[in-house]
Formats: sequence, structure tokens, C-alpha cells
Amino acid sequence: MMRAFFRVAWIVVKKDLTVEVRSLEILSTTIFFAVTVVLMFSFGLVVDGRPLNDVAAAILWVAIAFSGTLALGRTFERERHNDTLRALLLAPADRPALYVGKLAGILLLLALVQVVLVPLVGLLFDAPIFEHGFHLLALLAGGTLGFTAVGTLFAAMLVRARSRDVLLPIMLYPMTVPVMIAGVRGTAALFQPTPNLEVTQFWIALLVFFDVVFVTLALWTFDPVMTD
Amino acid sequence: MGKPHDGGTVMTTQADFERLAVIDLARHYGRRKALSQVNFLCDAGEIIGLLGHNGAGKSTLLNILATLLGASRGRVEYGGRTAAAAGADIRARIGMLGHDLFLYPELTARENLVFFGQLYGLSDVAARVESALHRAGLGDRADDFVSGFSRGMRQRVALERALLHAPRLLLLDEPFTGLDQASNRALVERLRECQQAGCIVVLATHDLDIVDGVLSRSVFLHNGRQVGEPGPGTGLRDRYQKAMSA
Repeated sequence: MMRAFFRVAWIVVKKDLTVEVRSLEILSTTIFFAVTVVLMFSFGLVVDGRPLNDVAAAILWVAIAFSGTLALGRTFERERHNDTLRALLLAPADRPALYVGKLAGILLLLALVQVVLVPLVGLLFDAPIFEHGFHLLALLAGGTLGFTAVGTLFAAMLVRARSRDVLLPIMLYPMTVPVMIAGVRGTAALFQPTPNLEVTQFWIALLVFFDVVFVTLALWTFDPVMTD
Repeated sequence: MGKPHDGGTVMTTQADFERLAVIDLARHYGRRKALSQVNFLCDAGEIIGLLGHNGAGKSTLLNILATLLGASRGRVEYGGRTAAAAGADIRARIGMLGHDLFLYPELTARENLVFFGQLYGLSDVAARVESALHRAGLGDRADDFVSGFSRGMRQRVALERALLHAPRLLLLDEPFTGLDQASNRALVERLRECQQAGCIVVLATHDLDIVDGVLSRSVFLHNGRQVGEPGPGTGLRDRYQKAMSA
């Protein structure tokens, strides 16, 4: 049962990656957008080579949220183009497995975006990204998963909505505010001259809690939401 | 599993059925009635035409038959079981060709078929795909991207994708749109093969002249309501016009 579930999820991930490797459409636009956001902020918020307090963490998560929204929208636009989402839903596979496949594909894309984004933020805002690398990795993984878990569900729901590009951020951002706050506060504690690991660990634990709640709710609601 | 797939045989499984029953079916969107009081039966080996003007409810009905949409009232029985009772297994017995073809243009014809074959959990996917490509007449273009195909070629790949798992119920939404005469003839021929193989084919179309003589029966829809059979006429178009003006 579980093997079939993950087999379907893997088939969907493999297909999404094959399509993306051929076009590089989502990866290139998302990286370009994220880099532009960080550069624009760096011009305004770095004075005489010194960034304002805590600004690096906020800008990192703003860039993740904006580029994540772009990636979500473009990924499902692809499924809308030839109505292939309906073809996926017609398959006798567990529909939550389709959700997990789409989620994993978007997570992989955002991980690649962050490979560029995080060092750029470290460089421009003088942020110590390698000092407690494991903690930063945990914050990024937890925050991105929580954001994308909700975003994948909403983006799939809105595929046939005419105003999907407007509705996605309107629905997604309020729901993921707790994830963003946890990401920013945890990262800010890590980027202090003297990192506060206790505070960071608290926010990581909170992110794990949000992830469990969001992924469970999304798996539970995906099938009924997509049927009607 | 029953008989092996040979491209022209419907596979029999535990979730299989030989009769489709649409019983007092209705679908509302808020206060708008997209479908109301639709009733018909179809048996294995029949081709049923859903005929009506734009907005008559044909696509809504196809989506309900495909289990992609729930009914507001009434039910669809697949051999005596509803989709809710049969679960995901029933979807393994349904094939659908939508107006938008359900293909990924960035993948080749072969990759599209392999992807859906794997998604359906089919055995011996490579052989089935090879056979499907041969039937679509695309053996030599199998590794070309679908984005470079003509509408007719894409339609043939899409039809074979819908038939890859040898479904009992085949649902087609405007399958003749944008096809030339040769492609229309090939599609009609393929539908007759499916009919002979015991498939239940339900197709929504406006191309009355093409399907005249192909359909076993017709269901006329007008503003979401089923219109009674208009009686004998000189042809399908004549009966359609009588039904719509009744």
C-alpha cells in the first residue's frame, strides 16, 4: 500500500523534473526573481557596507515566499495548459500520492533556488550562513515545507479559477504567516553576532509542528477538494 | 486480471462492469442547474452520443461519469455500484479524452504514454506503449516531442493514452474538433474497434454528420435537461433539430 503510494509520487516527481530539465522555465524565472528581490533590498538596506539589524533574515524569507509563490503558480499553470491535472486525477492512484508528488517536485525546485539565494544573502548582508549550518538548514527545510504544503494544495484547487494568480497569494500568505514568522525569528536569532541557539531550536520545533499539521490537513483534504 | 491486453480487448477485473446506469442525475452550481433529471442506460458494446447546444451540460455529465465531479442529486452506477462504493478501482476502468487532450507537450509521445501507463500501474508498459504507438500510426515519430505534432497526431496519441489501460468506459469530449476528414475516418474506425471489443463509449459532439450511423443511441440535452427521443427522422441532424425545437 505505502509502496504503491510512494511509487505514484515518484512517477509524478520524475515527470515534473523531466519537463523542467527540458525547459528550465520555472527554475530560471524563480532564481532570477529571487536574486532580483535580494539585490533590490540590498541597495536600500545596506548602508556603508553594514546591513540594518535582523534585516538579512527577513529578506531571505521574503525572497523564499515570493519565489515560492511564483514556482507554485507556474508549476500548476503547466498542468492547466492541456488539462493534464484532470488526467492525473482520473488515474486509479491515491490522490494524496499525486499531491505528494507535486509537493516534492516544487520542494526540489525551491531547494535549488535556495542554493543560490542563501549564499547571496550571506554575501550581501554579511550573514554568518555557515556558522550554524545545520540549524539554518533545518529552518529552511521546515519553513519551505510548511509554505509549500499549503501552497501546493491551494494552487491545485485554483487551477481552473479565472483569477488564480490573484487568489493564490491572497489565500496563501495569511495561512502561512505562522511559518514565515517562525522562519524569520529563528533565522534572525541565528544571524546575531552571538547566535541564540535556544531560540532557534524553539522556532525549529514550532516549524516541525506546523509542517505536521499542514501536511496532514493537505493530505486529508486533497481528494475531496479536487473532486468538487 | 482477465484477458491480456492486445489493443482491442477490454480487460476484465474485479471492478469491471458491463452496464452504466445514469439515474435521476442532477448537478447544480449554486442556483444554476447545469444538469437536471438525466436518466439513461448503456451496455457494453454501445456508443452513446451526448448531443446538445453549447452549455447544455454535456461536459458536466462526462465529468460526473469520469468521477471527476460529484452529483448534486441522483447517481451513476457502474455495474450496480456507485463510484463512491467502488473507490479508486473504478477509475482503472474509465478512459477519457478531453477537449484539451491531456498530454504534456514537453514530453515525447512515448514518454507521455509511458508516464500514464506507469501511473495506472500497468504491467508490461513498454510493450503496451509500443503497440499503442503503432496503432496511432506514430511508430516513427514516437520519440518526437508532442509540441511538434499536428492536431490530428496529438489527437491520436491522446486517444491511445485514454485506451492504454483497456478501459470498459471510454468518455470523449468533442473528439472530432479540428480534425481533417482522414483523421475523422480513422477515429470513427477506432471507435468501432472499441465497440466490438466491448467498450461502452460515451461521446459528446456537435459533429452530427460524422457520428450519424456510428451511434447506437443518442441522449439529447437542452439547457441541462434531457429531451425525449424525437421519433423517426431522415437522419441524426434532423432528429437533433426536432429534439432541440420541441
